[in-house]
Amino acid sequence: MRNFSYPPFYRYIFRYRNYPARVTIYPESGTLTVQMTAELFSQYLFAGITYGIIYAIVAIGFNIIYNTTGIINFAQGEFVMLGGMFAITLNNFMPLVPAIALAVVITMIIGALIEMIFIRWLDSPSILRMIIITIGLSILIREVALHFWGEGVRSLPYFNGNEISSIKIFSAQISPQVLWVIGVCLIIVTLLSLFFRFTSLGLEMRACSANRLAATLCGINAKNMVTFSFMLSAGIGALAGCVMSPITYTQYDCGTGLAIKGFTVAVLGGLGNSMAAVAAGLLLGIIEAFSIGIVPLAFQDAISITILLIILFVRPHGLFGSSEAAGLTEF
Amino acid sequence: MKKFFTGAMLTIGVLCMMLSSIPAQAGDTIKVGAILAVTGGASFLGGPESRTIRMQVDKINKAGGIHGKKIDLVIKDSGANPEKAISFAKQLIEEEHVFAILGPSTSGETMKIKNICEQAETILISCGAAEVIVNPVAKYVFKTPQKDSFAVKKIYGEMNKMGISKIAVLAGNTGFGKAGKKQLLTIAPEFGIKVVAAEVYDKKATDLSAVVAKLMVDKEIQAVVNWSIVPAQAIVAKNIRQAGWKVPIFQSHGFGNIKYVEAAGAAAEGIIFPAGRLLVADVLPDSNLQKKTLLKYKHDYENKFHETASTFGGHGYDAVMILAGAIDEVGADKKKVRNAIENMKDFVGTGGVFNFSPADHNGLDINAFAMLTVKDGKFVLYDK
Repeated sequence: MRNFSYPPFYRYIFRYRNYPARVTIYPESGTLTVQMTAELFSQYLFAGITYGIIYAIVAIGFNIIYNTTGIINFAQGEFVMLGGMFAITLNNFMPLVPAIALAVVITMIIGALIEMIFIRWLDSPSILRMIIITIGLSILIREVALHFWGEGVRSLPYFNGNEISSIKIFSAQISPQVLWVIGVCLIIVTLLSLFFRFTSLGLEMRACSANRLAATLCGINAKNMVTFSFMLSAGIGALAGCVMSPITYTQYDCGTGLAIKGFTVAVLGGLGNSMAAVAAGLLLGIIEAFSIGIVPLAFQDAISITILLIILFVRPHGLFGSSEAAGLTEF
Repeated sequence: MKKFFTGAMLTIGVLCMMLSSIPAQAGDTIKVGAILAVTGGASFLGGPESRTIRMQVDKINKAGGIHGKKIDLVIKDSGANPEKAISFAKQLIEEEHVFAILGPSTSGETMKIKNICEQAETILISCGAAEVIVNPVAKYVFKTPQKDSFAVKKIYGEMNKMGISKIAVLAGNTGFGKAGKKQLLTIAPEFGIKVVAAEVYDKKATDLSAVVAKLMVDKEIQAVVNWSIVPAQAIVAKNIRQAGWKVPIFQSHGFGNIKYVEAAGAAAEGIIFPAGRLLVADVLPDSNLQKKTLLKYKHDYENKFHETASTFGGHGYDAVMILAGAIDEVGADKKKVRNAIENMKDFVGTGGVFNFSPADHNGLDINAFAMLTVKDGKFVLYDK
């Protein structure tokens, strides 16, 4: 990839060969060859799955609050950070599993408190107002975390093995922690869809989202449902923050970057749909990973932001959302 | 209403006069500004730097100040944001009328305020590493960290010894990463080294396994050099080892923080990087000029803040002590102090022994660096 000048377009020829596996651009002949082995393919694929599942697990948190309130909670990334930070601190005093469990509970309580203090007493707040409130909250949480934990990088220990252990799957080497993230994400998605479909609490939450006034007339306490949705998404965010901490590290400001990617994925999939978020997350992650093979790494984020913009212009209701449903909500 | 208005105007006018009549420098204090990235992406630089500078200033003031004048330290947190650094620099110069500015922590910020300080004839002692800060030389701009070109030469020298000639370069998209990548590419031919691939990653990158996969298939690559100051330098090492790639990993002097070794865990073992001698102060021979200074600073910092001292805090130490030393020598006069710093010789700091000259506003030579590696989670001298 060094000092090439772009040859005329019609001279690009894409050739797939088994060996050697790399992208070479020959300036002399004006030929771009993309050569990829099975090994490189699966390595990119798993890297993409790792990115994608991390984005998806954050996107799910966005979706839960959106589902009950119709708003986007821009402090979602901070829940991820808080979960990781609490678990790391508690892990000094207790084994990993209770530390994570306690961290999730603490973050859920914080989520509930935030809702009760800043959001509950507002009478029919506008979307814009809610966005500003949640952005403000995210800054507030970040600053508090900075004073609590300092600016250092921390992480939980790997659940299995250590920093250098890896498992070979389809000739790709991946960290066992990636499997943990995938597993936890799938469990969360399954339990959530069961919860929203079959439990009365889940149905009540969905009712509030569909029509708040009608739900209130049916005797559902809409305000409690909103509190509960904040708790739920805080808990999921915290759990995500714990399982991904060994891979991505936890720092007081790590939530922002995750929230942007999570939001991209939530919109890409169609707001409010957790299954779609996973699919969209994987799609974005895999596109990002494979893009590295063709363009320099520096363009990775440009690609995901471009995708977000295209989606917002072309299909604002997301890849998997229906336009009628999106038309009914305020956002 | 009109009466009220006139009254208000009068009050404001009087207030303005009162404020402006306060002398810029009260006779018995020297106001020193510091612009440091205490929070944000470069907080691991700015954090230790601000703690160190505060500690040293407190110590000087406790001992009665410099010639009886206490230092009034104003620390501004730029969050590694160049725009903030610019506005803080203007604020410190125009409103606070500071005697000198310490910092900023990063090279990118320093380059933005280099000219501002130069035009205002305010001494700037930067803690940024990139060589462009002092090359070309600006009259009032100095820096304490070792030049990145020396770090590159030190690494390439080591590669020559190891028989490595084809390398891949990874860099973060910060001022430090970009400047380092440029140096790596420019200096490589001098040492007969070929950079086969060069990639830049986002400073907030959370996983780099895809780019590692891309590099790994190139069997020509004999070593990977990573140049960044962000957590990603631990992630790079992890991803390379997870992929089962046994290639030697070199890092920049930005790796000189034990927190990154802890973060990378087993993946940090065997990483080779150039750094000041602070990290290995305990094992230096007694004949080393720096040993006493290093151990004293390390001891003071670690006892006070209960965290391991890093070379970055040391850059802050050097900045404040060089300034204090120069003021001590010639008194609190900007022009004289500037000349004193420029002619300062044999100043023993944490980064090395400084010998400033009109052509060299860094004052350190390549010997300020030692090659270090990580063994059992600790920094040790390489091949010694």
